[in-house]
Amino acid sequence: MSLRSAGGPATGDTAGRTVDQRQAPRKRKNFLGRQPLGLLFSAPYVIFVLGVLAYPLGYAVYISFHRFFFTAPGVEVDRPFVGLDNYINVLSDPEVQRSFANIGIFLIINVPLTVGLSLVLANALNRVTRLKTFFRVSYYVPYVTASVAVVGVWLFLFQQNGLVNAILGPLAPNPSWLTNSWLAMPTVALYVTWKQLGFFILLYLAALQNIPDELYESASVDGGNKWVQFWNITVPGVRSASVLVTLLATITGANLFTEPYLLTGGGGPDGASTSPVFLMYQKGILQGNPDVAAALGVVLVIGVLLIALIQKRLVGGKED
Amino acid sequence: MFIGSLQSNPDTSVGGAFPSPANITGENYSNINNSIDLLKGLVNSGVFTGGVIFFTVVFGLLVGYALAQMQFRGKGFVFGMMLLVQMIPFQLLLIPLYVMIVRDYGLADTYLGMILPFAINSTAVFVFRQYFMQLPSTLFEAARIDGASELRILWQIAIPLVRPAIVTAVLLTFIGPWNEFLWPFLVTKDQAIQPLAVSLANYISNIAATASNPFGAILAGACVLAAPAVALFIFFQRQFISTNIGSSVKG
Repeated sequence: MSLRSAGGPATGDTAGRTVDQRQAPRKRKNFLGRQPLGLLFSAPYVIFVLGVLAYPLGYAVYISFHRFFFTAPGVEVDRPFVGLDNYINVLSDPEVQRSFANIGIFLIINVPLTVGLSLVLANALNRVTRLKTFFRVSYYVPYVTASVAVVGVWLFLFQQNGLVNAILGPLAPNPSWLTNSWLAMPTVALYVTWKQLGFFILLYLAALQNIPDELYESASVDGGNKWVQFWNITVPGVRSASVLVTLLATITGANLFTEPYLLTGGGGPDGASTSPVFLMYQKGILQGNPDVAAALGVVLVIGVLLIALIQKRLVGGKED
Repeated sequence: MFIGSLQSNPDTSVGGAFPSPANITGENYSNINNSIDLLKGLVNSGVFTGGVIFFTVVFGLLVGYALAQMQFRGKGFVFGMMLLVQMIPFQLLLIPLYVMIVRDYGLADTYLGMILPFAINSTAVFVFRQYFMQLPSTLFEAARIDGASELRILWQIAIPLVRPAIVTAVLLTFIGPWNEFLWPFLVTKDQAIQPLAVSLANYISNIAATASNPFGAILAGACVLAAPAVALFIFFQRQFISTNIGSSVKG
């Protein structure tokens, strides 16, 4: 939208041609566009994005390269540039390494389980004609319910003398689920899978609507059974949804905080279920090292981007 | 969960998952209410969520309308920005926002401090834009020729036509702040202003160990926290499903 194009309606809007262009304040009006008020309407949003998202984003990187500590508001202190010190500090910290390994465990359990279960359940739900509403509601109730609320139920189920152990009887693991260093993280991963399932089922349901029925019809004429149909029509048909689901599951994993904080009392036993975000909270806010925490955040985000790239290659390779 | 909240003794056998009349009491609700003020928590959650929804709807309608039906300089920039910000991960913002809002601006233990980072939901803005795009632009041109101001066009023509978009945006925005834990947990240390999710979480991690029937009390609190969200979504479930379909297609 340069000044050159201001003489005519060549700015791409074909709908406004009927408006009289020969008014006196035309030049100035057209410089800001035909409805300059649009700028005013957008202003609160633009200010919000710049002030609460863009500026802190840059600030995070700034903090991570300096020796930064909390002061009273308005106090001028020297915050020297320390280069990569904070990053070296983060990457060499065994606690941090442990938390990234934990996220790895989380993803290995959560991603295949989420993709598999939600695809199969969405497929089944798509064929159900009766009680459709009931099933849909029962899937998304956990999703719309606060994590904090549902965690109470899981504590109740998985505690030392909880319902699950009562059913398992002598098969119950010892030490129990959430205090067992081998089982704590998988239990957290199961919890998140279960909680998020409803949302991902809805995503797959939407994707399933886009597969034409003719494909299934011609497959059954050709003698393909249900399994062949599922594997050769449904799975490729929802590939773009699968890319989205794996990506969202990864982001969930990287954001993990509430669940380990409440289920395992902040990443216990002995750091077996700490998450990077929990360490950011611990190091940055409890221990007063925001610089280290900011560096951890940057490392985490770079990690997510890398994983997302790899996933896109693996799952959605053909599409791009 | 609801059954467990009514039991006076925690029953962890399989039978405990079914109600038994002898074991039912409202005591857990009064117990948890003594430790954390449930009503106050609900009000705080309501103010936090309501504030986020208010900013999202008011400013979202303005920018959504502008992006869909107005020609102005910088429109492409605003639209591109809207797509970009949906990709900014919160982990990066956690520390700088804490430094800015809690330390520099002194907004700890205020509603504003809680609301600010979530004030305008970009996904909701996107929903508004999509709905406004569907309206024929000739409608708006005609109103402009008749001399109506943009604000009046928005209020009298555009908004009444996109009511479903407002319901969608409210539902979409509601889940976030109502269930949000980490941010209000960082910002509020004063129990009088904590949303219910935060005070319940503090109860689980600090006080529960000393209570006589902690799980009953936790489950009672969980029911109070979950009820409004579940009720709202069962009531509006049709919109919720189309919301998800819409947002998933657009990514």
